[in-house]
Amino acid sequence: MGGPRRLSPFNVASLALGLAFLYLPIIILMIYSFNASRLVTVWGGWSLRWYHELLNDTAMIEAGWMSLRVAAMSATIATLLGTLAAVALSRGERFTGRTLFSGMLYAPLVMPEVITGLSLLLLFVAVNAERGFWTVTIAHTTLTMCFVAVVVQSRLGSLDRSLEEAAMDLGCSPARAFLAVTLPLIAPAIAAGWMLAFTLSLDDLVIASFTTGPGSATLPIRIYSEVRLGVKPEINAICTLVIALIAVVIVVASLATKLSGAQRETAAPL
Amino acid sequence: MSSRRIFARPARLGAITPYFWMLLFFLVPFGFVLKISLSQTAIAQPPYLPVFDLTQGAAAFKAALAALSLDNFRLLVSDNLYVFSYLRSLVVAVVATAILLVIGYPIAYGMARLPQRWQPIAMMLVIVPFWTSFLIRIYAWINILQHDGLLNQMLLSLHLVSVPVVWLSTDSAMYVGIVYSYLPFMILPLFATLAKMEPALEEAASDLGASPLKVFWLITFPLSLPGVAAGILLCFIPIVGEFVIPDLLAGSNSLMIGQTLWLEFFTNKDWPVASAAAIVLLVLLVVPLVLYDRLQRAQLEEAR
Repeated sequence: MGGPRRLSPFNVASLALGLAFLYLPIIILMIYSFNASRLVTVWGGWSLRWYHELLNDTAMIEAGWMSLRVAAMSATIATLLGTLAAVALSRGERFTGRTLFSGMLYAPLVMPEVITGLSLLLLFVAVNAERGFWTVTIAHTTLTMCFVAVVVQSRLGSLDRSLEEAAMDLGCSPARAFLAVTLPLIAPAIAAGWMLAFTLSLDDLVIASFTTGPGSATLPIRIYSEVRLGVKPEINAICTLVIALIAVVIVVASLATKLSGAQRETAAPL
Repeated sequence: MSSRRIFARPARLGAITPYFWMLLFFLVPFGFVLKISLSQTAIAQPPYLPVFDLTQGAAAFKAALAALSLDNFRLLVSDNLYVFSYLRSLVVAVVATAILLVIGYPIAYGMARLPQRWQPIAMMLVIVPFWTSFLIRIYAWINILQHDGLLNQMLLSLHLVSVPVVWLSTDSAMYVGIVYSYLPFMILPLFATLAKMEPALEEAASDLGASPLKVFWLITFPLSLPGVAAGILLCFIPIVGEFVIPDLLAGSNSLMIGQTLWLEFFTNKDWPVASAAAIVLLVLLVVPLVLYDRLQRAQLEEAR
């Protein structure tokens, strides 16, 4: 005995049904974005008609551009801050306010977005900040740096600490040991954190709605206002494009992780 | 050198920026929510009174302080609209979390029983839909559930119903949306504990003559309780404050608290009442949030 545990028919069925439940709605949505007919009931053959119509929808394109800029900027700041926070929490000594710090980092992960959005808006209004690109970017950074911190922290926790100690025994300063040994080892987690931050920002409706100003809608805000009016094939098309963009990001990420993993493995015997 | 103190000083320096960022953009804003929840609604810009203006001197500050009141909170507990939306949020969150556990557990269990080399792939397959936009996933369900959507077409062609069923703008649609959106949050922590479990324990129990059902109840389920707790908290807390799913999929006759807050803020422009609603929501969530924080800390820092 002792080999792999057997899969019962029940296990197989629950896996198959579960995955079908997760994927079918998205696949259906993507297929219907290529439907030539405006009606969901009628399949009018394959067509790129709704993608052409999107090209003329300047409001949607502007919103998409705004979202991409916010996502790239906030993900970059969040990755920097989140990585620093993770290193401080898992490698630093027990500094004053540590509990408060980790509490502030973990709470936004589950905090209802209406609360985070409202409280940030009230802050921006109180300091009279002009609402738009920067306020949304700050809001998204605040949310997503917590996700980055958790991803990087769990990688740091699973790391063999003797590597860092060896580097320091051999005369590296702590900062040098971090840059030369730890940082390359946690690089895949940092990359994954950036991507998670990027997609979370691209996805967010509630916090962006609170913190943006007039005339600078993000893509989800724009999609949301269209969706409230009902199903439109153009929306299927823009959704398919967003899914495709995220799929590319995921594939590139997993290739990069594999590549750096392969490098480590070939370097290990040395 | 004690291993705990590795990087102590640079780490402390590095912590300063994220620390102050979170203080400034996470903790301090709650102070503003609290302050404005005690203010009066006004037709002004910003739409609340009093506005603390430190340049006006101490007397004005005192007067502003005196003008604060608990009126908004009194409104929240006396007006049925708010009481009902709080209750509804709690009920929806409890029911949805229960459904999620019942659906998510068999999937996580099946994943944990896959051969080792298949497990990362299965995990990836569960995570990928979570990376696609939340709004898009809800919209996908509107496509399916609308009056002439695919579900009704299928039911009609199978002659299971004779007239299209109303799915959209009902509680069932909302539950489908919530379960769909939060399923990965339930599956992943469950899978993490189930995959770590020693298979020998289950084998020993069944070798000693326990039926598969008994093995599950006496061995597997009790050992997976940390994962169950994590999954429940990870789903329950955000669902209580959910806005988008009930707004797009449920009917408009009964609102969840996230919707009420949104309505007060964006439609009625009543910032003080919206802030008071946020404070009450936060108070409701304090206990689960603290539990969640403990769990998260224990998980991430067990290696220390």
